[in-house]
Amino acid sequence: MSLSELSEAARWVTTPVSIGLILVGLFFLFAAAVGVLRLPDVFTRSHAVSLTDSLGALFLLGGLALYQGFSTNLVKILIVLVLLYLLNPVIAHATVRAALRSGLKPWTREDA
Amino acid sequence: MNSFFLFVLMTIALLIAVYLYRVLRGPTVFDRVLGLNGISTKAIILLVAIGTVYERVDMFVDISTGYALLNLVGSLAIAKYLEERGEAF
Repeated sequence: MSLSELSEAARWVTTPVSIGLILVGLFFLFAAAVGVLRLPDVFTRSHAVSLTDSLGALFLLGGLALYQGFSTNLVKILIVLVLLYLLNPVIAHATVRAALRSGLKPWTREDA
Repeated sequence: MNSFFLFVLMTIALLIAVYLYRVLRGPTVFDRVLGLNGISTKAIILLVAIGTVYERVDMFVDISTGYALLNLVGSLAIAKYLEERGEAF
């Protein structure tokens, strides 16, 4: 039994699992969008953009990779995922550090 | 199955509109940079999902890799510039 035949045989279990992963990822992306819309300043919004967004991308790209079956495309999508996880924190950290060093004060409860 | 992926594409496009609001309205310039970062993350996911719809993932994944690297260079350049300049809001 070759790998592609095995992949076809496993499709009846990988497809529902990938649909579930994609729906969970959409939920996290929706939560991140609500955070970007509602949170009060840059430092709190950066949590929504970097943390929740990355988790949603993990679930969504993982689901899309699983939907491909066991092939080269799965590895390629996982490479994009690893790249995203390396780059997203770097960008968020650089932006927030620039905001802090240019004199922006973090939001406190007294500002509400 | 194809209509499910179209639903996913539509939802991500609507979420991009939310980030676009933050880019246009954002009180400080850092909000705009963060919003652009979020939009590019969505664009990477959107490209892979479009590749799944057209069954050409092998091609679209390469484009999304290039987009991720381009986003890194652009955002880091903007952040470094704003940090050096100071008083940027």
